[in-house]
Amino acid sequence: MVEVNLWSGLRKFTDGAEVVEVEAKTVGQVLDALIEAHPGLGPVIEAGVSVAVDGEVVTGGRQMPVAPDSEVFLMQQIKGG
Amino acid sequence: MAKDEITKGYTWIGTTPDRPDGLDKVTGRARYGADFSLPNMLHGAVVRSPHAHARIVKIDATKALALTGVKAVVTRADLPTGLTGEDLYLQENTLAGEKALYDGHAVAAVAATTALIAQDAAKLIEVEYEVLPHVTDVDEAMKPDAPVILPGCADHSVPEGSAPNVARYIDFGRGDLDAGFAEADVVRSAHYTTEATHQGYIEPHAAVGQMGADGKGEMWVCTQGQWYIRKMCSAVLGTDPAQLRVTPSEIGGGFGGKTTIFMEPLPLALSKKAGGRPVKMVMTRAEVLRATGPTASASMDVKMGMKKDGTITAARVDFRMQGGPFPGASPVGEALSCAFACYDIPNLGHHGWEVLANRPKCAAYRAPGSPMAAYAVESMVDELCRELGLDPIEVRLKNGVKEGTRASFGPKYKRIGLVETLEAAKAHPNYAVELGPNQGRGVASGFWFNHGGETSVSMAITEDGTAQVSVGTPDIGGSRASIALMAAETLGIPYENVRVNIVETGALGVNEPTHGSRATFASGKAMWEAAQGAIKEMCKRAAQKWDIDPEAVTWKDGAAHPAGENAGKFEPMTIKEIAAEMGKTGGPISGHHESTPSGAGPSFGTHVVDVEVDPETGHTKVLRYLVVQDAGTAIHPAYVEGQYQGGAAQGIGWALNEAYIYGQDGRLQNPIFLDYRMPVASDLPMIDTVIVEVPNPGHPFGVRGVGETGITPPLPALANAIHAATGARLRKLPMNPPAVLAAIRAKG
Amino acid sequence: MSRIHVTANVNGDEVEFLADPRETLLDCLRDHLGLTGSKEGCGTGDCGACSVTLNGRLVSSCLVLGVEAQGAEIATIEGMAKDGDLHPLQRKFVEHAALQCGFCTPGFLVAAKALLERNPDPTETEIRFWLAGNLCRCTGYDKIIRAVQDAAAEMRGAA
Ligand code: FES
Ligand code: FES
Repeated sequence: MVEVNLWSGLRKFTDGAEVVEVEAKTVGQVLDALIEAHPGLGPVIEAGVSVAVDGEVVTGGRQMPVAPDSEVFLMQQIKGG
Repeated sequence: MAKDEITKGYTWIGTTPDRPDGLDKVTGRARYGADFSLPNMLHGAVVRSPHAHARIVKIDATKALALTGVKAVVTRADLPTGLTGEDLYLQENTLAGEKALYDGHAVAAVAATTALIAQDAAKLIEVEYEVLPHVTDVDEAMKPDAPVILPGCADHSVPEGSAPNVARYIDFGRGDLDAGFAEADVVRSAHYTTEATHQGYIEPHAAVGQMGADGKGEMWVCTQGQWYIRKMCSAVLGTDPAQLRVTPSEIGGGFGGKTTIFMEPLPLALSKKAGGRPVKMVMTRAEVLRATGPTASASMDVKMGMKKDGTITAARVDFRMQGGPFPGASPVGEALSCAFACYDIPNLGHHGWEVLANRPKCAAYRAPGSPMAAYAVESMVDELCRELGLDPIEVRLKNGVKEGTRASFGPKYKRIGLVETLEAAKAHPNYAVELGPNQGRGVASGFWFNHGGETSVSMAITEDGTAQVSVGTPDIGGSRASIALMAAETLGIPYENVRVNIVETGALGVNEPTHGSRATFASGKAMWEAAQGAIKEMCKRAAQKWDIDPEAVTWKDGAAHPAGENAGKFEPMTIKEIAAEMGKTGGPISGHHESTPSGAGPSFGTHVVDVEVDPETGHTKVLRYLVVQDAGTAIHPAYVEGQYQGGAAQGIGWALNEAYIYGQDGRLQNPIFLDYRMPVASDLPMIDTVIVEVPNPGHPFGVRGVGETGITPPLPALANAIHAATGARLRKLPMNPPAVLAAIRAKG
Repeated sequence: MSRIHVTANVNGDEVEFLADPRETLLDCLRDHLGLTGSKEGCGTGDCGACSVTLNGRLVSSCLVLGVEAQGAEIATIEGMAKDGDLHPLQRKFVEHAALQCGFCTPGFLVAAKALLERNPDPTETEIRFWLAGNLCRCTGYDKIIRAVQDAAAEMRGAA
């Protein structure tokens, strides 16, 4: 299981949980599993989020591997100038 | 002057050769957006709303179309319906639908045989408006009874009962704020505001577009990202992106403002209506200021607690930022994420509201959101340091983030260089200069994430043993030079033997724009991978010739070598020799790479500024300015310094002078450079720089992006310096002479 | 509006064009003569990207009407290098990385050349004030000023 840290504004979609455990081997599977477990997260994730795996922001990298002990964070999507 | 500063065993990286496009750009030959023309070309002009908020009752183009030379008029009725989300907002912004949403919002466009006729025709297009109440101020826009800009704009995040112009609400944090504040010896809170500013690139938006009835089109345009232009124009026009070929011109500055579209679909729409004749459209400066860019205006509350020894125990921010009339444009999420990125604080709260207002649709501007956040937070840190009599650099060192610290926005940092920038600032002679009367020193740090993004690069070995690199990230500030240096380093050939081409959308896979400080990072990383492909093939050709296993060949100093004694004894085969016969040994040699690279390394910076404030006029003179920033590795140090200096100058402008000024009527009152006054040469001193190099583990040469962080610290650094000089704390930007004078007087 | 026939000397070449009386000299240079090196950044005399010399005087060509150029001698960025040899200012701008996007560069070069013709040894302050009519958004001016200082020094040495 991978522990995913959500930002607190998302708690209302996860019955108050700020850390959610999902079964996943890639960033894409993390996102899919989150939506499956908590459908309310669907619009948020589809609108675009940034994902940090072990301190690295992997925007757009659904194929990036995630290990069971990886530290995964969902973050506000970051744009750049 | 190349090769005189060899660092870290690199031959090319870290040197400062002339940029490849230098000659074109000092002789006037380089072709920018407006310099392009085609045979049989028409010229376009745009009709813009003079109202901040108005229902469009009727548009009558009869008189315009009757004018000799007028070939086409387009209004929203010519664009497809049924778009949703950001595509719809882009379309709305290109041409207003039911309502004009800000002063300068495009309402119609016309194409004619000359630019003058097009301008005359635009004046003949009659638009009937029903003027509606408007709101341009962020706090006003958040009131429950404010004029409603886009009914139903709120997304899932917005709590029930919020004001109608709140489009998004964000909150995140950690720890226990109350307990954290209770632990502090001093707790302070204050309100800060910043006004909108414009990216201020000197080149107005310009494009030539051509599109036939079959939906096939071409476009030449000044942009930070040709693929974004392709995607966005196609979405707005309902055409197939694959049928649109977009060629980027040289670009006269962007700073984020040219990562999106404003008028770009219009030449295509006009061309299609005018039988496929190409249409050129060039914005005036007033159009640029009224209807493109700018950044958000912000209303921010900060509360922080500090112990007597300088330890920050808890902090909370509440940021409200308007991003114009459409959701998704306000950088409030970024601002929150950057707010405490420099600090290791156990108890944190972040709250943000994205607010709509009758202002132009915000575009990214250099580290979007971060400068405003830094203004509020770094001013507050300074207020606390002064109250407790602590040195601002020591306090930042005490609380500063390092490798392994959990960032305020969640994850743990990898190797980062904030502490190194603080140490370098402290050690710099500027920090020890004795100050005179009415003079003051300000310090502030800043942060930006940096970004990887979709990237596609190819490299072809030329018959003469040189290399040609095709990249999709337009060169705004010398990235051809940095990529050529990295290519020279990777291949082991002279810098002059690399040609870097910025190519059109048909020549590579998708590339994100030059944004997020990513050109040297992401295109450089992809170039390195592409070069590995070419090198592998060259080793194979040598192996064939020597009749050995390709695995037994290595690449060094621009030549294939047998890997060791066992591989056999052969003279190295140079890239020149391999290239000369490649047609006969298996065909052209090239490499390519496509990815969305991770590993963008955050860049931290610390600025130190000394000012002198005239107590009679409130005028602030910048006496000396120091930028210290972590580049990871500086590929072309002169252009890295240039990014630092340019970012600082923009930040100084934002701090001291620049602001969007709206009248009671909701119209922009300063849409020309005389009144939107950016820093000129006589406003500034030399800008000293220190390049700190803490290599980014996520890049083959350790590159972090350098473009954005530099605009972040100047806003608070100047506020802190003005306070030091006058005792007056300015919590509202810009800190222009009247504002500073009023603050001095208010202090008594 | 009927167009007016104008003859002038641009960078040593005799030229002629038909100008609408509303067109600026900048429009005429760019659109009628194909000299797109001079840039329009504002059209209101505030940015200096359109700087040229008109009978030896530095002007914003966006504030001069095309028809005013009748019989005049005009020098633009395209005429700054002589027979392929760059002017020292042009060389020093590249060497000092005094341009990032390069859009302001033609205007700065033309203006700086006019300065050095008048004052071969300007102080930093004199350079900053002379060039205060030229906006650069990319560089923060530091490297531009250094490039002008260095070019001036070289030109004095050569003289
Ligand atoms: S275009 Fe002439 S001064 Fe700006
Ligand atoms: S180099 Fe871009 S405006 Fe000066």
